[in-house]
Amino acid sequence: MDPSALAAQVFTGLVLGLIFVLLAIGLSLIFGLMTVVNFSHGAFYMLGAYFGFFVFGLTGNFWIALVLAPVMVGVFGFIVERVLIRPLYGRSPDDPLLLTFGLSLVLVEAVRIIWGKFGLTFDPPKALAGAVDLGFTYFPLYRLFVIGVTVVVLVALWAFLTKTPVGLVIRAGSRDPLMVRALGFDLSKMWLLVFGIGAGLAGLAGVLAGPMRGVYAEMGVTMIIDSFVVVVVGGMGSLPGAVVAGLLIGQVVSLTTFFVPKMAEIMVFIFMAAILLIRPSGLFGEEGLME
Amino acid sequence: MIDRVAGVIARHPVLAFFVVFAVFPFVVPYESLASQVLIYGLFALGFNLLYGYTGLLSFGSAAYWGLGAYGTGIAIAKLGVTSLWLALATGFLAAGLGGAIIGMFCLRRRGIYFAMLTLAFAQLLYFVGFHLADWTGGDDGLRGITRPALTLPGISISIDDSTRFYYFALVIVGLAVAGLHRILRSPFGTVLQAIRENPARAAACGYDIQRVKWMSFVFYALFMGLAGGLEALRLNVVPIESLFWATSGQVVIMTLLGGAGTFFGPFVGAAAWLVLEDRIAVITESWALVIGGIFVLFVIFLPKGIWGTLLTRLSPRSLG
Repeated sequence: MDPSALAAQVFTGLVLGLIFVLLAIGLSLIFGLMTVVNFSHGAFYMLGAYFGFFVFGLTGNFWIALVLAPVMVGVFGFIVERVLIRPLYGRSPDDPLLLTFGLSLVLVEAVRIIWGKFGLTFDPPKALAGAVDLGFTYFPLYRLFVIGVTVVVLVALWAFLTKTPVGLVIRAGSRDPLMVRALGFDLSKMWLLVFGIGAGLAGLAGVLAGPMRGVYAEMGVTMIIDSFVVVVVGGMGSLPGAVVAGLLIGQVVSLTTFFVPKMAEIMVFIFMAAILLIRPSGLFGEEGLME
Repeated sequence: MIDRVAGVIARHPVLAFFVVFAVFPFVVPYESLASQVLIYGLFALGFNLLYGYTGLLSFGSAAYWGLGAYGTGIAIAKLGVTSLWLALATGFLAAGLGGAIIGMFCLRRRGIYFAMLTLAFAQLLYFVGFHLADWTGGDDGLRGITRPALTLPGISISIDDSTRFYYFALVIVGLAVAGLHRILRSPFGTVLQAIRENPARAAACGYDIQRVKWMSFVFYALFMGLAGGLEALRLNVVPIESLFWATSGQVVIMTLLGGAGTFFGPFVGAAAWLVLEDRIAVITESWALVIGGIFVLFVIFLPKGIWGTLLTRLSPRSLG
């Protein structure tokens, strides 16, 4: 076995894991505050990639696309929350799940109509082309860049949630919404904000993944299922859980692809089943919370 | 008059089912649509038992539909089984066994986790089916499923003809409908609905709700397996998409369009989906856009579905 190939594979797994983390954190935030399972999260991820491709086509500038695409998906998330999800508050928690499932069908089909049935190629910018010598292996510069961006965004999100007054209300709202409302905070604004942030993070994951994994209408489907697995493994509503589980699942996928390629898609589910047998509430989940 | 008809349907749902579906092939544009409504109706009926009556939302129904289809298909095409009953039983039991094992895992968690776990296990089976191409045909689907003759003591009838197949399917699906009716009227069925309404109270009444949920899951899988097996016989092929997540989504949509938790909702929903698909596919390729949009509107404005809404409109003394 070639150790440098294995090291490269571990790094690839890290990049994939960070994409999972971006998706799972959004899912977990939205669920934590709103008890909404956003099935259209995978479609938001896909929209991020297409919006990125679209803006890049207009401006020819990758950096503008990188910033603008997540913002566009975030704004789209605002609209979805206001128009579609808002009427469902107070109903069964299954209803938003069903609604966003329908929405994801609509979005995937709409993208097929607008951009065609075939996948698009979205090249990384010239400045990020090529590979870097890490000493023990060569690694594509663009993937290192993805690692950097994701880490910066995650640290910023952590700071927002723990150091700002708004972040405090969001965290308190996911613990005890009734008390937070009694204290006079308007939680419906927080729902809008959190749904938008979650959608934006999915959009960012999409625009970052586009140049690595290709841009196609169904790209969100496998990602959303794997992200659900991440959230189940990490513990729903737990942000540290989403980070740890995302990185773990990234390695599980990547290392299985390296050693037993045929098992790559299956291993994720076996891993999840094993975790559930050992810790039914997930690595960082609390029993009985968020069900 | 309408009230009286509704009353008869409510008192004798199994009889009503047989009467309606005996004439059904004559009112739809073509016969294969009628068999599809029967089989997909049975598929949705299984889902309705779990979601509509027990309150458990599964996003992994494709697993049991697929196990039923591949079970029946593999028995005929790979194992050379020539008995129709044995072939159907293979799929039926494969789905039940799969449901028993996967249900045990998924029911460790409730609510949203449960939905995600069922989805994850169905995807697991999809990939297994995809890679076990020697048995399943992989990406190309399982081919070469001939319909064995229908054998009863003393007689043997070919069901290759589409009308004969329809009436054969009608009897099988009708038996399943009678079975569901029996389940729902039994004390077990009452406990299911109690769990849907208030699991904590059902547990406080001394019912082992974990066990009851698991049994409901196994019944759900068995109904789906039977539907999958019939579909394998109808199509003579099992496409790999049978196990795909979209199939799980399809049965969710069908059941909710018709009306979850109502006895005939699944058949109404299956008919609505199939007729829509048939009509819209002629006009546009983007059929998923239309059905997805309709589904979104139903979730917001008509959560009781077509049949559920009709029932409450027709009779304030809701007929269930």
